[in-house]
Amino acid sequence: MSEVIVITSGKGGVGKTTTTANIGTGLAKLGNKVVLIDTDIGLRNLDVVLGLENRIVYNLVDVVEGNCRIRQALIRDKRCENLYLLPSAQTRDKTAVTPEQMKKLTDELKEEFDYILLDCPAGIEQGFKNAIAGADRALVVTTPEVSAIRDADRIIGLLEAAEMKKIDLIVNRIRMDMVKRGDMMSMEDVVDILAIDIIGVVPDDENIVVATNNGEPLVGSDCLAGKAYMNICRRVQGEEIPFLNLDSGNGFFKKLRAIFR
Amino acid sequence: MSILDKFTKKKSGENAKQRLKLLLVSERADCSPEIMEKIKNEIIGVISKYLDIDTEGLDIQITRNENEGVEGGSPALYANIPIKGQKTR
Repeated sequence: MSEVIVITSGKGGVGKTTTTANIGTGLAKLGNKVVLIDTDIGLRNLDVVLGLENRIVYNLVDVVEGNCRIRQALIRDKRCENLYLLPSAQTRDKTAVTPEQMKKLTDELKEEFDYILLDCPAGIEQGFKNAIAGADRALVVTTPEVSAIRDADRIIGLLEAAEMKKIDLIVNRIRMDMVKRGDMMSMEDVVDILAIDIIGVVPDDENIVVATNNGEPLVGSDCLAGKAYMNICRRVQGEEIPFLNLDSGNGFFKKLRAIFR
Repeated sequence: MSILDKFTKKKSGENAKQRLKLLLVSERADCSPEIMEKIKNEIIGVISKYLDIDTEGLDIQITRNENEGVEGGSPALYANIPIKGQKTR
């Protein structure tokens, strides 16, 4: 049974696109046939995060307007053969597509793919409405900051009003050193405030920046963020996976303790 | 920042959490002053049918329900309506 998942946040810059790229790649690595749709018309970025920016011929608006068939617009990932991208249009705006058209598109893609992931633009306007139209479930990305959490709460309210069947939270860019000092809200704090189910927590990891520089999602690699993303993918599939201990940093005492353990 | 400040000052994480909780209570209720005014007038309308009330002294607001076990409580609509007497039929 296939599932349409929208990745959204309200606030910009919290990591929606990176999250979409990593969860999509991870689900494909787990053997699913996955298509990622960039719904941020006018400000596309999922292509560049995936390293597929040079292979775009047709885009989402071309498909919706009937300038090409869906097949022609889908870009197959070079490293991961089950993974496809439907890029966004760069020279149009959000009004080029309607929620009804998005619903029709995702319904068509459901016939061929196990997972359809929609990278939602920031904001609560037309782009957001387009992105959630055909979605069965939502992953709300936030960071442990007041502005991101406030916007996430607003988004959750709008998703509930739109009768989204399942809404899960991802807390991104958490820094355990700051949480320990009491200078950052913990995952538990964020869950307490937003009162929705948590599906994953991703540490602030330099490797993410490196991976994005190279256009290669790091899901499944041996760093904390890579493991955290893979765990989210497994939970999306319905597996019960315990949360990572993000506190296994590189401190001197940690290493010392590890030796004596 | 003096040394004393360092010990007495609330941690910023805790501060952020408390500020957000308060902010989101009112935002979730989505009660603009206009809506509150409408609610107030309708309550006056309904209760005035049966009781003689002091419309000047009437006070309604959104607060937290502190009786619940949850920390911070859940949002509640609080109304204080002074009654002058029963309406004579």
